[in-house]
Amino acid sequence: MALQTGEKSTKRMKNRIRKNKLFHTLFFGATALSLVILAMLFYRIISQGAGNLSWDFIKNFPAPYPDRAGIYAGLVGSLLLIAIVAVVSITIGVATAIYLEEYAKKNKLTSFIQSNIQNLAGVPSIVFGLLGLTFFVYILNFDFSLLSGGLTMSLLVLPIIVVAAQEAIRSVPNDLKEASYGMGATKWQTVLRVVIPAALPGMITGSILALSRAIGETAPLLVVGAATAIYALPDSIFGSYTAMPIQIYSWISKPGDEWPVVAATGIIILLIVLLIMNTIAALIRNKFQRRN
Amino acid sequence: MNINENRLQDIDIQKLIQEKKEKRKVLKKLEKLVPVFLFLAAVVSVLTTFGIVFTLLSEAFTFFSDVPIKDFLFNTDWKPWSGSFGVLPLITGTLLITLIAIIVALPIGLSAAIFLSEYASDKTRRIIKPILEVLAGIPTVVYGFFALTFVTPILQSLLPDVKIFNALSAGIVVGIMIVPMIASLSEDAMSAVPASLREGALGLGSTRFEVAMKVVLPAAFSGIVASVVLAISRAIGETMIVTIAAGQSPNFTFDPTSSIQTLTSFIVQGTSGDTAYGSTIYYSVYAVGITLFVFTLLMNLFAQYIARKFREEY
Amino acid sequence: MVNLTQLRENNSNIEVATKENVFEVSNLNLWYGEDQALYDINMNMGKNEITAIIGPSGCGKSTFIKTLNRMVELVPSVKTSGTIKYKDSNIFDPKFAVEDLRTQVGMVFQKPNPFPKSIYDNVAYGAKIHGIKKKKDLDIIVEKSLRDAAIWDEVKDRLKENAYSLSGGQQQRLCIARCLAIEPDVILMDEPTSALDPISTLKLEELVQNLKEKYSIVIVTHNMQQAARVSDKTAFFLNGEIVEFSNTDVLFSNPEDKRTEDYITGRFG
Repeated sequence: MALQTGEKSTKRMKNRIRKNKLFHTLFFGATALSLVILAMLFYRIISQGAGNLSWDFIKNFPAPYPDRAGIYAGLVGSLLLIAIVAVVSITIGVATAIYLEEYAKKNKLTSFIQSNIQNLAGVPSIVFGLLGLTFFVYILNFDFSLLSGGLTMSLLVLPIIVVAAQEAIRSVPNDLKEASYGMGATKWQTVLRVVIPAALPGMITGSILALSRAIGETAPLLVVGAATAIYALPDSIFGSYTAMPIQIYSWISKPGDEWPVVAATGIIILLIVLLIMNTIAALIRNKFQRRN
Repeated sequence: MNINENRLQDIDIQKLIQEKKEKRKVLKKLEKLVPVFLFLAAVVSVLTTFGIVFTLLSEAFTFFSDVPIKDFLFNTDWKPWSGSFGVLPLITGTLLITLIAIIVALPIGLSAAIFLSEYASDKTRRIIKPILEVLAGIPTVVYGFFALTFVTPILQSLLPDVKIFNALSAGIVVGIMIVPMIASLSEDAMSAVPASLREGALGLGSTRFEVAMKVVLPAAFSGIVASVVLAISRAIGETMIVTIAAGQSPNFTFDPTSSIQTLTSFIVQGTSGDTAYGSTIYYSVYAVGITLFVFTLLMNLFAQYIARKFREEY
Repeated sequence: MVNLTQLRENNSNIEVATKENVFEVSNLNLWYGEDQALYDINMNMGKNEITAIIGPSGCGKSTFIKTLNRMVELVPSVKTSGTIKYKDSNIFDPKFAVEDLRTQVGMVFQKPNPFPKSIYDNVAYGAKIHGIKKKKDLDIIVEKSLRDAAIWDEVKDRLKENAYSLSGGQQQRLCIARCLAIEPDVILMDEPTSALDPISTLKLEELVQNLKEKYSIVIVTHNMQQAARVSDKTAFFLNGEIVEFSNTDVLFSNPEDKRTEDYITGRFG
C-alpha cells in the first residue's frame, strides 16, 4: 500500500515537473516571440529603406517623384514642434508637479486634480486632436499652424511629464528638505535650491521620453491640419508645417511600389531621432544612478 | 598657517543677515504668489479635460439637432457623404479590431509577464524589459506600415480571401503594440505579490508553474485585469494602424478578412482636407469622438476601480 | 558678535550666565492627529549650556527637540498647546516667522544630510538663502564655519568636491559647519552620532563641548554615556512626559525617580 502510493506520487511528481518545464518553455517562447517580431520589424524597415538613404533624402523637400522626395520639411517641422512642446509642457508640467507634491493640501480638490491627470493620460490621442481643432484652430483662430500643432501636442504629453516630475520630486530624500528648512529657508527657496536640483535628472529623463512620444505621434496632427505636401519651411509659429510621421503617413498612402521604399527610409530617420533622444535619456539616468 | 584670524573674526553673520532681511521682505511677499502660479499651472490639466468634454458635447449637440440620436445609435449604415449616420458599423469595426488585438496580446503579454516575474533571472529581466520598452516606444505610424507591407501580404498568401485593407492584419498589429503594456503592468502586479506567499508554496514542494498558477495569478488577478482593461482602452483609441491597414470602409460586419472602418479612422477621414467647417460631416466627427471618449473613459475608470481594490489587498 | 575676551569674562562668571535661559517651555502638549505624543512638558534650557535629552525610543524626545524649531510642523496633522518662550517671545506666536526662529535656532540631524553639492556650497547655503551673495563674505563664512566645526584641515584643499565624497563622520561635521555658518544662538542636535562609528562619535562629542563656548546646545541622545560625558543638564523622557530633569551629574549619580534609575542602569530601554 505504502509502496503503491509512493510509486504513484513519484509518477505524479514527474508529471508535474514535466508540466513545469513545458510551460517554462512556452512562457519563454512567447516572450522571445515579441523580441522576434521587433527584430523582424527593424529588419523589414531597414532592408526596404536603407538603400534609399542619402544626404539628398534628408535635405530634400517632399516631391511628386519618389526618387526626389526627401524628409527635410518633416524633420525640421518635427524639431520645431518639439521645441514648442518642450517649452509649454515642461513649464506647465513641472509647475503642476511641484504644486501637487510640495504645496497642495491633502484635500478633495488635490485628489481631483491628481485623478484627472491620470484619466487624461488614458484619453486617446486623436481626441486631443479634436480639442485642438476646435480650440486652437477655430476658437483662438491659430488656423492649421505650427502653433496649433505644438499646443495640441503639449496638452497630449502634459500628463506624462507631470507624472514623471512627480516621481522625481517624491524621490528627493526628505532629510535634504529638512536640512534646508532647518536653516530658515522658505518653502520656495527649498524647492528652488534643493528639491529641483535633486529631482532634475529624473525630470529631464521623463521629459525627453515624453517628447519622444510627441515626435512619433501622428493622429492628432492629422486632425489639427499638418500639411502632407509642403515645399517651404514655416516662416513663423503661425505658418503651415509638416512633421516626420505625417510625411511618412502620406508616403504610405500613395499607390505604387516605390513609395513604400520612401516611407521606409523616412521611418529610418524617425527611428534614428527617437534612438538619439532615448539614448540621451538613458545616459542621464545611468549617470545619476551611478552617483547615488 | 598664515591665515589672518582677524579676517575671520571681522564678519558678523547674524548682523549681515538682519541687514539683508529688510530687502528680503519684498521677496518674501513675492513668494506668497508662487503657489498661486503653480496652482494655475495645475489647473491647465483640469481645463484640458473640461475642454475635451465641452467641445465634444457642444459640437455633437449641433450634430444631433441635424441627425436624430436614435438614428445615430441604431442605424447600421454609415455613409456620411450620402447622409446616413448610423454609428454601429464604426463600433463593430472598433470592437473587431480590439477583439483580434486582445486575442493576440493576452497570451503573449501574460506569458511574458509570468516569464519575467516567475522564471527569468535578474540578468534576463534586465535585458528583456528595455526591449519591451522599445516595442512600446515605436510610433504607431511605423506599426501601420508594418501591418500593411509585411503582415497583410503574409496573411494574403495564407488566406486568399484577405483584402489589401483588412481588419485581421490591423488587429494583429494593434495586438503586438499592446503586448508591452500588458506584459509590464501585469509583471508589476505579479512582482507586488509578497515573496513570502511564493516561498510558502515552493517550500511545500510546488513547482514554479504551480506557484505561478495557484498563488501568484490569483493574488495578482485584479492587477492583471486592470492592465488588460487599460490595454483594451489603448486598442480602442488606436488610430494610425487601423487608418493605414484596415481601410476606410464602414462595413457592418465581423468578418476579419474584410475592410472596415473604426471610430478613430473615421475621425481622421472626417477631418481631412475636403470636409467643410460647419457641415454635418464636420459635426459628425465630434459625435463619433464622444462615442470614442465614452468608451475609453469607461474602460479607464473601470481599470482604476480594479487597481484601487487591488492596492487594498496588501 | 561674540568675541573671545567677552566670552572669557562670561565664563568666569558662569553662575550668572547659566541663569539666563534660551528656551522656557511651559505646559507643552503635542498631538499627531488624535495621538498625543507629549504631555505637559515644562523645562528651561540655559544659555551656553548643553542640555541632554535621553529616553527609550518612542518616548517623544525627537518630537520634543523638533518642536523647539517648529520642524515638527512639517507633519501636517500636528497640533500643539502651551508655550515655548525663546528669548521672551513665544515661538508659536503667529507674528514670529518660523524662518526667523530657524535662523536663530539651528539643527543637526540624526543621519548626516549634506546636500548633493560641493563642500563649499553646502556651507554657503545658509548664508546664500539669507541674501548674502558677495564671494568675499561667503569665503570668510565658509572658512570660519569649517574651522569652528573642526573639519577645515581635512577639507580645505577639496572645497569644490562633492560632499558625498566625505566619510560619515566628516559629513556630520560638515553638517554642523553648515549649521554654524549662519551663527545661530542655539543648536539642536537630534541623535547626531547615531549613524557614526565610535571614533567619529568621540570627535563629534569633543566638538560639541567646544561649541558650548559660543552656542547653547540641546542634544537628544539614545546613548546615556554620551549624555553623561557632554551635557550640563539632562532630562529623562518616558512616554511623552519628563520624568526627571536636573544637573547631569545628579541625574546619573543620584536619580530621584525609580524609573530614571531603572533606565540609566539599563533595566529597560
